[in-house]
Amino acid sequence: MAARRPEPVQVVKQRRDAALHALVHGVPYIQFLGVEFDRRGDELTAVMPFDEKLIGNPLIPALHGGATAAFLEITAIIGLSWSYLWDDIESGEIDTDELAIGHLPRLPKTIDFTVDYLRSGLPRDAYARAKVNRSGRRYASVHVEAWQDQRGKLFAQGTGHFLMPRRDE
Amino acid sequence: MNVDKKRIAEQFIGAIPHSRALGMKLMDIGEGCAEIEMPYDLRLVGDPETGVIHGGAVSALMDTCCGAAAMSHPSSPAGTATIDLRIDYMRAATPGQTIRARAECYHITRNVAFVRATTWDDDTDKPVATATGAFTVEGK
Repeated sequence: MAARRPEPVQVVKQRRDAALHALVHGVPYIQFLGVEFDRRGDELTAVMPFDEKLIGNPLIPALHGGATAAFLEITAIIGLSWSYLWDDIESGEIDTDELAIGHLPRLPKTIDFTVDYLRSGLPRDAYARAKVNRSGRRYASVHVEAWQDQRGKLFAQGTGHFLMPRRDE
Repeated sequence: MNVDKKRIAEQFIGAIPHSRALGMKLMDIGEGCAEIEMPYDLRLVGDPETGVIHGGAVSALMDTCCGAAAMSHPSSPAGTATIDLRIDYMRAATPGQTIRARAECYHITRNVAFVRATTWDDDTDKPVATATGAFTVEGK
């Protein structure tokens, strides 16, 4: 059997970016916080650009603990959804046109989320990456790390457990 | 709420840009307890198909409420910051309904305030979410 030619790079990129865009931009709260995702292959980095409305303590000033918690949880859910949907995006099983008009697949639901505040969030852009430590048929465990100026100096980290959507629905 | 308490309540949320942006209202505060409401808002939706509020918005509400409870404790810290916060999500908040968090600072030391909180919508028999957290006690 002759090896199939690989798809042109722009077709692959367009499909991945369209799926990611639909996942992120379909959620009003992600838009409200202004969170965007950078993609390199399947690796995602969440970016929360600084905004006045994210401030919790105006005297220091520091990011609100709630904004940080939400940023980490968004990073975890999108990261988990992305890894869960990756094979279907690659195979073309997921129709990106359907995604674009808001027909999102069922997404994981948060069971619990714990945030560890390591240092106060500065009035700067924040970045975060999620690592799916376990993704079973029903439950998943995800760890998130967030930093600002220096990748090695985390300002927050979090762990969450999620209920996976049922595959047969 | 007496006039003095009401004034403090309004100033409290007014001074926190993120809480103001989320539309939070401090309903009660004092003696290590606080109650904060957050009206339903389409900007806070996490699931566009059902209109359910994003868990992150519920976290922000409970973080604010726990911090307020810590600061209102009789051995009141001048300021506070979250050390750790764990949220358990019991069920989706009903779309369209205001959610209300109540937090209690149940123990405080010179350095740490221990706080727990619960959030409900109109159905006060079934919590939407609960939280437990540790907060710093900043110098008076």
